[in-house]
Amino acid sequence: MKRIIALLVACLLVIAVELLCSWTGTLYYLTQMTMSAYYSLLIIGLCVVMGYAGQISLGHAGFFAIGGYLSAALTTRNLLLFHDSLLVRGLDFAGLLVTGKDIYGGALVVVTPWAACLFAVLVAATIAFLIGIPVLKLKGHYLAMATLGFGIIIYRLALASSYFGGADGISAVRPFPLCPGLSVSGGPSTRVENYYIAWGLVLLGVILLRNLINSRIGRALRAIHGSEEAAESMGVDTARYKLYIFVLSAVLAAIAGVFLTHYNGGIGPSEASVMKSVRYVAIVAVGGMAHLWGALTMSIVLNFLSLRGVFGTYDDAIFGTILILIMLFAPEGILRINVGQKLLSLGGVFKKGGRKD
Amino acid sequence: MALLEVENLQKRFGGLLAVDDVSFTVKQGLIKAVIGPNGAGKTTLFNLISGALPPTSGRIRYNGDDLGGKKPHSIAALGIARTYQNVKMFAGMTALENVMVGRHVRSRSGFLASMLKMPWTWSEEKEIRKRSVELLDLLGVADVADKEATSLAFGQQRAVEFARALAMEPSLLLLDEPAAGLNIYETAEVGRLIVRIRDLGITVLLVEHDMSLVMDISDEILVLSFGQTIAEGIPAAIQQDPEVIKIYLGE
Repeated sequence: MKRIIALLVACLLVIAVELLCSWTGTLYYLTQMTMSAYYSLLIIGLCVVMGYAGQISLGHAGFFAIGGYLSAALTTRNLLLFHDSLLVRGLDFAGLLVTGKDIYGGALVVVTPWAACLFAVLVAATIAFLIGIPVLKLKGHYLAMATLGFGIIIYRLALASSYFGGADGISAVRPFPLCPGLSVSGGPSTRVENYYIAWGLVLLGVILLRNLINSRIGRALRAIHGSEEAAESMGVDTARYKLYIFVLSAVLAAIAGVFLTHYNGGIGPSEASVMKSVRYVAIVAVGGMAHLWGALTMSIVLNFLSLRGVFGTYDDAIFGTILILIMLFAPEGILRINVGQKLLSLGGVFKKGGRKD
Repeated sequence: MALLEVENLQKRFGGLLAVDDVSFTVKQGLIKAVIGPNGAGKTTLFNLISGALPPTSGRIRYNGDDLGGKKPHSIAALGIARTYQNVKMFAGMTALENVMVGRHVRSRSGFLASMLKMPWTWSEEKEIRKRSVELLDLLGVADVADKEATSLAFGQQRAVEFARALAMEPSLLLLDEPAAGLNIYETAEVGRLIVRIRDLGITVLLVEHDMSLVMDISDEILVLSFGQTIAEGIPAAIQQDPEVIKIYLGE
């Protein structure tokens, strides 16, 4: 019951923000709210990996970038030159190509967004799987360093490759038509629809992840967090479960990357940078690690402020500072310590000891 | 018939032979105790049986299956449960949730079904919860079911750990010093509990330092010293064994 109420409140809040922005004529805020939503999709996945399964990843910006970059490249890079190749003809035959005109009026042949999206997410999942097998054997800061290394590789690849646009990234990425009359794109005319697409996706993600957390699998993941050795002796295949949850979170990150790229109409190497990964970890920590709603709330707040430019050029410094302060003073996250516990002790009306996830 | 057969088991840590050519069997439906001074290799023996450590050489058979090369989770799935000398509760989970993890091997909902909350997972979840509550009740800790497990008193944590192991419905239960850190009343309680577990048809292999407990409840005793078997037999025979007396009392 509590879970349904929390979800209902979240839905109402999403609608309320939209209405408030409409009434006050500040619909432009919805753009940042939409972008925050896509980052939040990555954050909630990372939250389950870190907070519940107890594994850390400093490479999630990498998975986000794999999703975003692949989808961007496939839907913008002209395949006309290769139209004789077997692969392109095969794609054409399967109906996975679209033709159009580039900005100079030349003929353009690219992959359809749906196919590009699917491919991008599959690649991210495969890479997460292949990287995860050796890397997830590591624990603690060794795991952090290994995933950090992965993130750096993806960043440098994006920066070095001309196919991915080098330091400029890829621009002029076309909208992603989800269904007739509804597409992921950043124009002011489709702002409201896109706000709801993004938040619909995030809330769907929250529902799925919460179901997972409160299931047999979720308990196994939390048991791994508590004591990997004891979890294993309870019959939990710890290596497999860690791998699966890692891949799942990579898939969420890749989906977020695909959608945000089509929404923004482009992607640049900064999305793959290590500081982005650090930022995601910081947000999960501020939200309280094993606290899906907390991570989501802090993700909206911090991403929104950052995207509005409140932190100015000190953006990365702010997130670094947040991470240090949280680790020092509120390792359980600020929502849990300050508001949650104080309200509980003040009110005394709520039942104590219940899980607040 | 022997449920567990250990043949010429050896474990070497660098220059130390922690378990040196140990062979014994555990018969179905009995309580067998492994005793010996500190450093005799008792816990190492448990880690070898549960798969937490690979043996250097030798063989362990359980119900006819060779456990060699199997990971701990597959060994657990075969029906071997264990508890730890220094209770390993899952932090951040309630006592009930801890026991519910024990039902893992007896349930099968996967990642996708759990995420989508498929109808068949509901009944399984209900069953898991019901059995776990029953076990907490059996162990007398049902009143702390919703408390965080690591915040409980040591004796209660031990009880929850027992419940968690029993939730696996094992056929062999490995108990590593179940009475460590308990007072004499609690120890007697644990003794009665172990006998009750045996009467449920679960074979018990335990490591224990508390001699009166071991002599009271064991059907058979294996004595180890410096990784080697010193004696094996029924409690009355072990008490009379000159080698054993020498180890415990000195010459």
